[in-house]
Amino acid sequence: MSESKIAKLHEGLVNKDFSCTELTKKYIEAIERDNGTLNAYVTVTADTALETAERVDKKIADGKDIGLLEGIPMTLKDNISTEGIRTTCCSKILEDYTPIYDATVWDILKKDNAVLLGKTNMDEFAMGSSCETSYFGGAKNPHNVNHVAGGSSGGVASAVGGNIAVYGLGSDTGGSIRQPASFCGIVGLKPTYGAVSRYGLIAYASSLDQIGPITTNVEDAAIIFDAISQYDDMDSTSQGRKGAPVCRNLKNDIKGIKIGIAREYLDGVRDDVRTAVEEAAEVYKSLGAEIVYFDLPSLKYALPVYYIIACAEASSNLGRYDGIRYGYKAENYKDVNDMIKKTRSTGFGEEVKRRILLGTYVLSSGYYDAYYKKAQNLRGTIISAFKKAFEICDVILAPTVPMTAFENGHAVSDPVETYLTDICTVPVNICGLPGVSVPCGFGSNGLPIGVQIIGDSFTEAKILNAAWQYENAANKFKSTDFGISI
Amino acid sequence: MEYELVAGFETHVELATNTKIFCSCTTEFGGEPNTHCCPVCIGLPGTLPKLNKRVVEYAIRAGLATNCEIAEISKMDRKNYCYPDLPKAYQISQYDKPLCEHGYIQLSNGRKIRILRIHIEEDAGKLVHRRGDTLVDYNRGGVPLIEIVTEPDFRSVDEAKEYVEKLQTIMRYIGVSDCKMQEGSMRCDVNISVRPKGSETLGTRTEIKNMNSIAFIAKAMEYEYGRQVDLIESGEKVIQETLRYDDVSNTTSSMRGKEDANDYRYFRDPDLVTINVPRSLVEEIKVSLPELPEAKKERYMNELGLPESDTLLLVKYRKVAEYFEEAAKGTKNPKTAANFIIGQIFRTVETESEKEQFDVGVTAKDLNELIKLLDDGKIKMNLAKSTLDKMLETGKKATELIDESDMGGLDESALKDLCQQAVDNNPKAVKDYLAGKEKAVKAMVGFVMKNSRGKADPALAEQTIIDIIGK
Repeated sequence: MSESKIAKLHEGLVNKDFSCTELTKKYIEAIERDNGTLNAYVTVTADTALETAERVDKKIADGKDIGLLEGIPMTLKDNISTEGIRTTCCSKILEDYTPIYDATVWDILKKDNAVLLGKTNMDEFAMGSSCETSYFGGAKNPHNVNHVAGGSSGGVASAVGGNIAVYGLGSDTGGSIRQPASFCGIVGLKPTYGAVSRYGLIAYASSLDQIGPITTNVEDAAIIFDAISQYDDMDSTSQGRKGAPVCRNLKNDIKGIKIGIAREYLDGVRDDVRTAVEEAAEVYKSLGAEIVYFDLPSLKYALPVYYIIACAEASSNLGRYDGIRYGYKAENYKDVNDMIKKTRSTGFGEEVKRRILLGTYVLSSGYYDAYYKKAQNLRGTIISAFKKAFEICDVILAPTVPMTAFENGHAVSDPVETYLTDICTVPVNICGLPGVSVPCGFGSNGLPIGVQIIGDSFTEAKILNAAWQYENAANKFKSTDFGISI
Repeated sequence: MEYELVAGFETHVELATNTKIFCSCTTEFGGEPNTHCCPVCIGLPGTLPKLNKRVVEYAIRAGLATNCEIAEISKMDRKNYCYPDLPKAYQISQYDKPLCEHGYIQLSNGRKIRILRIHIEEDAGKLVHRRGDTLVDYNRGGVPLIEIVTEPDFRSVDEAKEYVEKLQTIMRYIGVSDCKMQEGSMRCDVNISVRPKGSETLGTRTEIKNMNSIAFIAKAMEYEYGRQVDLIESGEKVIQETLRYDDVSNTTSSMRGKEDANDYRYFRDPDLVTINVPRSLVEEIKVSLPELPEAKKERYMNELGLPESDTLLLVKYRKVAEYFEEAAKGTKNPKTAANFIIGQIFRTVETESEKEQFDVGVTAKDLNELIKLLDDGKIKMNLAKSTLDKMLETGKKATELIDESDMGGLDESALKDLCQQAVDNNPKAVKDYLAGKEKAVKAMVGFVMKNSRGKADPALAEQTIIDIIGK
């Protein structure tokens, strides 16, 4: 039976099997022991974690009720703003930047007494698929440290997969939650655009970015999603969760649901990944679901559309890093324009500069119609194609990534080939849909494979229900030993 | 050859909302540098804009007051450019779907200046140069602006001046802006070209940026018109460029040429949702608009029978017009109220902003009471005038300054007594008068008026004095 790690720890705290301080210390020790290898954390906040833990212990000692997330050690991707704790986006340009306000998601969890262990590694400004564009070097895969944890939320996935955090929040612009979750053999949920507030998430591509949980199991993802999917007045695009908390119907029977598989999703996917996804479909059949194959020809436009839109928005979003108000500032300059030029030339890494250049190009007058406008039109085409797909099926099953985790150094050596590996994850962002990646086996190299369940807008309840049923049935892939013997 | 000036205006007007366009910081002018700021308006990483609904409403007010069509669906776009006073490196503005389009303002010569569009956007901060250092103050950053763009419909500097004044008056009337050019809450860019009179094609234009006084606008336009004509006359070409006007030397100089023009890379701001403008809201705003100066002027002239010169003075400031209307309410002749305001009360307000506020020593209601005493024949005009002066001075009501005995004028014997005293006390005036200086009698009339506290009828007093001397 699939089990919630958060619920289990909560029970331990309530039953006083261990104190929150003991639990937190255990995680801090684990970080001290393993972070050198995993490079998951870029900032560790042991002191504040222990302060929070003490507060929770006091509450328990006073006989007060505690919430499910109270006292659970967790982490945040380093692009989620935390007041008083540096938030770097793993870029030299923000190396010493400390926000003066909290992101809405952190504001929510902080009030719930979540124990923040630290901020985790990521590709610089979330641009990358291997975590290796990080100014602090990439996070490693806990299954095999010669491989990457994935990206861009590689640090969160590495920390959660390596059990140096119970759960974490990442951000997903083109697969940055689901891909590293898949690489690290854990669960990653990219919510519907607008379900979770983006306020305080340092923007990469505003129309695609979305914050979501990375957890070891589906139920934990559902718990976190329920907690953070609140309407936020600070984010105009925020709508919050629609309908009941997803946890309420998580374990419902899925007999009779229609699971769609778009043939195009399986094109060019490595054989072992394809087999694993097909096996997952078999599991669903055994649970009484109906598998429907269909065509989604517009999927071939998804990658160029994604890279044009994401780069265009990024080129504008990253214009503010000029060395004037905060962050890194170049030394030795002639005048203000020279200062800005030098700051940006030396403060941003190669991948970020590449995307700023691409984005500036596609928005330039003379090229706008040929690239950006066309991409926007095609975005509409892809959105309609998915809308139609959901007329014939309840959820869509697809690989998360066409392969397993890259070897260290491979992704950065060939950026274009790496872009291509985002093919299975970007459509969800283009359409603003929810998608969850769940482990579905191991590749021929022994590394985890993930399967993705995609739903229509605001149907997190549906996809998480399907994900939980699969996880429960296919539990052979995971261990329920969370390594929390104290 | 005879040349014709062709000009168009782009006017930025700061909206008088309490809070900024995308956050809840105050829009108040001044303040210690960087104290009217928050993470949103200084563009800290991760912050998001949230459109202030009042800004949309104010822009619609401005659009309706200038005869524009109001869009049903509008959106915000990013205008990308890099400058230290712009903390996000883009200004949130409107590109291809402005809130208001296709309006006009009619000038006194009957010509209509077409308004192409009015859009909303955020203001930038301000650079402060001090002792070789440049500092940035973001207090103004995020203050809401509307940009009002006209077609190139101006044919003279006078038309331009009248347009700016009219625009100022309208915006103040509808309460969307104080339009203080000195404080920068109204700033004008002018596009100018010249062409041979009678020609239909437009000449190459230059743009003079950021002018903050009507006098400068007029001077700059005159200078630039002359410069362009000189260039053409001498066989040279006008170059399309952006100019700045220097009010000290009264010349324009180049800021940047056409080839340096920014590519703003406009695109829709993904952080903000579509602006839907329900027709019910437009109707609601339409109904709430005050009577505009042009309509007031017509009414004052046609219904109240005021001369045009008076109406122009009364309608220029909304508070003055309202004051006038209250003071004239229920009186026999509205001209009386107009005369008191223009002749006496205007003397107590000097500056533009005092006129705008029109917070004068006498309330409109008290003036109305005074006029009614006059209408009822209880006091004479002279007493009314002097009483109004005293009212302005002391803030007291007419009835507090005039007692019962003052009312109804002087009886014949009292007048005679006073006239006799005037003659007795002014031997020199009597002598002068007898020597043929007819004006000398005025001094004695003055004595009577003073000692009767204005109650005496001056004409009657003069005749009485002449009679006494004649005897």
